[in-house]
Amino acid sequence: MSFVRDQWYVAAYSAEVGRTLLARTILNEPLVLYRTSAGQPAALADRCVHRHFPLSAGQLSGDTIVCGYHGFTYAPDGRCVAVPGQQRIPRTARVGAYPVAEQDSLVWIWIGDPERADPGLIPRAPWLDHEAYTTVRGMEPLAARYELLVDNLLDLSHETYLHGGYIGTPEVADTPISTEIDQEQRVVRVSRRMDDAACPPFYAKSTGISGRIVRWQDIEYRPPCLYLLHSRVAPAGILPRPDGTDPDGFHVEVVYAITPSTATSTFDFWAVARDFALGDADVSAFLHDSNRTVVLQDVEALNRLEQVVAAEPPGLQELSINIDTGGLAARRMLARLAEESAGLAVPLS
Amino acid sequence: MTRVYRIEWLPGSDRLRGTCHCGATIEGQDPLSMWQWLLAHPAHPGPGDPGPATS
Repeated sequence: MSFVRDQWYVAAYSAEVGRTLLARTILNEPLVLYRTSAGQPAALADRCVHRHFPLSAGQLSGDTIVCGYHGFTYAPDGRCVAVPGQQRIPRTARVGAYPVAEQDSLVWIWIGDPERADPGLIPRAPWLDHEAYTTVRGMEPLAARYELLVDNLLDLSHETYLHGGYIGTPEVADTPISTEIDQEQRVVRVSRRMDDAACPPFYAKSTGISGRIVRWQDIEYRPPCLYLLHSRVAPAGILPRPDGTDPDGFHVEVVYAITPSTATSTFDFWAVARDFALGDADVSAFLHDSNRTVVLQDVEALNRLEQVVAAEPPGLQELSINIDTGGLAARRMLARLAEESAGLAVPLS
Repeated sequence: MTRVYRIEWLPGSDRLRGTCHCGATIEGQDPLSMWQWLLAHPAHPGPGDPGPATS
């Protein structure tokens, strides 16, 4: 699988982008991110046009970046506005400027043809920046190809084995799933509804529920980058009311942004937004530390798997079973998007 | 018409049932070949278990 270009990717959390230079490589493209004095995020190619020195090792001066090697100076649109020792600025003195947009406390970047960048296509994760939710978040670098993380997140049966003691219980792996490919909405949905399940520590300690639970896991994957897990837990037998309201349920919106860095490394952005214990610092610290531990368990496993996969001959057969239905759907969707961006297929919508 | 393709894991069994937005259905045990069958819409191949559970 190759990268999917002509797509929006999460480059950073809003809080990471400020008046200092942030270097990040996305889809093999080295970038430097910063915020202008007016508060707008900007992203430029992280290579001076002169001798290719990383601009991120330079200085921010007003809204311009001054290269730390010879002083070539670039505006937020990538134009070079000053060179050392001479008045004439070569016409080719310009670095790439990337379309960026800020939404839901995330800084998104368009990787591909800038002419095709439509901010209206950016998928939403409104819980991350909403007063009715309290959110904890982080980002862990993954030394593995992004497809392994997609596979991991689309099949939550692994929670039972890899994340026991945190979020995994026997019922997760034992409960059948329903999977959808929605070509118009460009989304893969995987639903697992557990009527009577053990309550893992992640939810028991944060909600205060002591007995068995109803546990719903409804995944919405919007390829290639955004993954949403709508998680609902409640004491066993407690369901949403007929009118659709759900005052007795606890809702956790688990958000991942899967951003490829290189062919074998990935930014694993994760966030956990909850609609209970709002502002409770102890619950926030517990959920942050627990989820980070879970993410690091995945990171360790996927880093190990990357080493294996990288050493295998191409096309080596693997075995897929029922639990893989969601991951296989995601692969189909990613392959289709890659074909579209390469001009090999007509866009579906 | 919304273009939604669905595969449901039939409770109490190891079987999967796939449903195309056109109403065509298939049952089987291999999600890979079932997605291939569904996404071939409108040219769904013949009915039946679509093959071995390998990819």
